[in-house]
Amino acid sequence: MADEKLTQIYIMGKAYDVPIGVTIMDAMEYAGYRFIRGAGCRSGFCGACGTVYRKAGEYRLEFVLACQEMVEEGMYLTQLPFTPAPRSDYVLDELDPNENVLLQHYPEIARCVSCNTCTKACPQEIEVMDYIQAALRGDVARAAELSFDCIACGLCAMRCPADIKHYHVGQMARRLHSKADLPIPEHLTARLGQLDGGTFDEQMDALAGASLDELKAKYAERVIEKAEAPEAATEEVTT
Amino acid sequence: MSTLAYFPGCSLKDNAKRFEDTAFFVMEKLGTPLEELETWNCCGTVYSLADDDLMHHIASVRNFVRAEEAGSEDLVTLCAMCYNTLARVADRIHADDEERTKINAFMNEEPDYEGEIRVRHLLQVLRDTIGWDALSEAVVRPLNGLKIAAYYGCTLVRPKETGIDDMERPVVMADALEAVGAEPVAFPFAAECCGTYQVVDEPHLALEQSNRILRSAAVAGADVVVTACPLCQHNLEQALAVPVGEVAELNEIQVVYFTELLAAALGADEAQMSPIVRGILSKGVTAEGGA
Repeated sequence: MADEKLTQIYIMGKAYDVPIGVTIMDAMEYAGYRFIRGAGCRSGFCGACGTVYRKAGEYRLEFVLACQEMVEEGMYLTQLPFTPAPRSDYVLDELDPNENVLLQHYPEIARCVSCNTCTKACPQEIEVMDYIQAALRGDVARAAELSFDCIACGLCAMRCPADIKHYHVGQMARRLHSKADLPIPEHLTARLGQLDGGTFDEQMDALAGASLDELKAKYAERVIEKAEAPEAATEEVTT
Repeated sequence: MSTLAYFPGCSLKDNAKRFEDTAFFVMEKLGTPLEELETWNCCGTVYSLADDDLMHHIASVRNFVRAEEAGSEDLVTLCAMCYNTLARVADRIHADDEERTKINAFMNEEPDYEGEIRVRHLLQVLRDTIGWDALSEAVVRPLNGLKIAAYYGCTLVRPKETGIDDMERPVVMADALEAVGAEPVAFPFAAECCGTYQVVDEPHLALEQSNRILRSAAVAGADVVVTACPLCQHNLEQALAVPVGEVAELNEIQVVYFTELLAAALGADEAQMSPIVRGILSKGVTAEGGA
């Protein structure tokens, strides 16, 4: 390799030299790809950038988030920005979590053969098969707790030989569990009260009435999270 | 005394909860409590008969890995279907090193399964480990006068290799109930099929089959049919809604899990019994100390 700070990866089969030490997402942008879909928070929370890769000479397919995983020499990768997985329609208030409600809405969970491929595919390291198994036996609380860290990237559902839509099942379990078993959070009640009472109306109106330039300025100045300590300039790659 | 690693299966956590609750009570009383595997998955539901269909045995083998992790050699089940699936897979994978290697290679995220787990139904544990004498000695409320028809169905006793008793004339469940004072009656449908999963697509087939079983037990004079399988129990309960016979007494037959009656005999209090068991005890038991 001409430049020792570069490494070779393959995006959809085509070779690119990209900088060492950047994420797959940054490397793809470095290579000239522009994300219109399949990129969101860039922080590992939104689940939009599910990616599969296989390294040269290895038999296993790996599953990661493009915004979280660093590139490595010889990665053959592609993104899976969307998972076609229908979600069941339901009205939460009309469901009884004590019945076999998850099985009724997602009957394919009964097709689980416990191969655990979903768990191997999960970039969040969730015990996906275990929560599907809990759902199968009607243990809504366990399904909800085990699936809590799900970011709905959909990689589990893309890999499942039984065509289970795991992340939708987990979401339904969490909704049922929250509603039936958990106390109504005080901070949420307080915030909803503020919203209803018009506390933020003035600010919202100001924002809605702002010009494009004003919005851009606000966006540039925004504080997302207060840093604990001043950070050095991030290692952004420029071409 | 040590505990026994216990595999519940999905039904035991759902519509067969009282089967599990009463089994726990019985084994606690007998000093050999059941200890549920911390993590487990569906047994696979049915044993795949295809020669090369290893994929459908993985569910069972994964549970055996969990049992090995728990340091157990035995894995005890209550559900007859789970028993059948787990026991057949255990035998197969124990005997075939190549298949075990293949499955272990596929489950590369798990420790290798050594192939040594022994799957046992609770009735086997009661007969072979606890013994009928010890069971009798633990009785505080003998079920004297209660006529029971022990209904085994298919999967506990077939195939012969994994059956827990003689496949034509099983006695183990009747012996268990006899040990607690009940009177088993012989009836010809004890090991006939209840109609199994036909209840989903062709419910009338399961109903007819189950109704025949109930009728046979009633004609033999049984007060109650005793089961060891959530699916048999379900199908027989469905069939109860259809009149068993024209004679009024024949319609009073009930269906319960064998552990429900054992628990009653071993001193379960009323709150731990289903209304049906309370009803049976109030009518059927003539002995001292009856409920």
